Amino acid sequence: MMIHLAMATGFLLILIGFYGALSNRNLLRMIVAFTIADSGVNLVIVAIGYMPGRTAPILDATVKAGDAAARVIDPVPQALVLTAIVIGVGVTALMLAYAYKLYEKKRSLDIAKFTELRG
Amino acid sequence: MVKRLLALLLLAAIGGIFTTLVLGYMPDAELNNTARYYADHTAADIGSANLVTAIVITYRGLDTLGEVTVLFLAAAILGLVLARGRRQVQARRELTPVGELLTTGSRVLVPLIMLLGVYVFVNGHLTPGGGFQGGAVIASGVLLLLLTDPLRQFAHTLIAAVESLAGVFYVAIGLMGLFLAGGFLDNRFLPIGTLGALFSAGAIPIIYTLIGLKVGAEFSVMLSDLSDTEAL
Repeated sequence: MMIHLAMATGFLLILIGFYGALSNRNLLRMIVAFTIADSGVNLVIVAIGYMPGRTAPILDATVKAGDAAARVIDPVPQALVLTAIVIGVGVTALMLAYAYKLYEKKRSLDIAKFTELRG
Repeated sequence: MVKRLLALLLLAAIGGIFTTLVLGYMPDAELNNTARYYADHTAADIGSANLVTAIVITYRGLDTLGEVTVLFLAAAILGLVLARGRRQVQARRELTPVGELLTTGSRVLVPLIMLLGVYVFVNGHLTPGGGFQGGAVIASGVLLLLLTDPLRQFAHTLIAAVESLAGVFYVAIGLMGLFLAGGFLDNRFLPIGTLGALFSAGAIPIIYTLIGLKVGAEFSVMLSDLSDTEAL
């Protein structure tokens, strides 16, 4: 049940992010929306790695090396999300920098004002 | 109006897909083969108590090197894109004073935050921490410094030197693994030690320290680049 709740929350965050990116014209709001969708994706991946009745993938006094395969949850999604979070920060920083440059050019953050590529 | 309706329709469709995914999802009862291999072999082969660290630093170490490179590229491009704004910042802008609470608070907290960051990446093979998390904690200390004085100039040459040296040593350790042990970024050219001790898991603590320094330096550069931009 918990796992479905976490997964549903993640999907909901993705939907909120998509809605924000589609319905806002302000570049900064779109960046925030993308970050929210990003968090949602990470939450879903971590939720997929969870298995009921098991513990964190760290060996210690209670989780011996011998029976680790029967006691721990899947560590691979966590490693993936660790990577995804870091790359997400880089992407967000780049988006902010480009938003700054666009504002410098047009003195506006409204996406509808940028018509150079409109066919 | 039509546009908004289309957006809502699209979201409803995606939401429908998500709902079926959630309702039909059954968690596995057993680890899949990859995860089982990692769980069974990490303690004997890598010696790291934290399985995630073993995957990130050793089993998939090459991917992590790529990830650090991507982060470096992001920081470099950020500096490049914002470079013109930075030169103009010489004309100092007027700022309202930040207040006693923030100034004194940051003086107390910044050393503690830095210490926590170092703790997190030094213990990356034992606790749920690591170089990326520790680096981000260190960068949050830098962010606090920037909040107290947005015009503060950091020692750019020092940060650049830390970042480049950490990257060079990371690759050098990877090559040492290639020549002295089983392959690129193999941690076993240093003794594995006892599971759970601070000096264990071969080269993993060194690699994670280097990653922590590199990530902390990169995030700090990003923050100070963004903070150096001119108010438009």
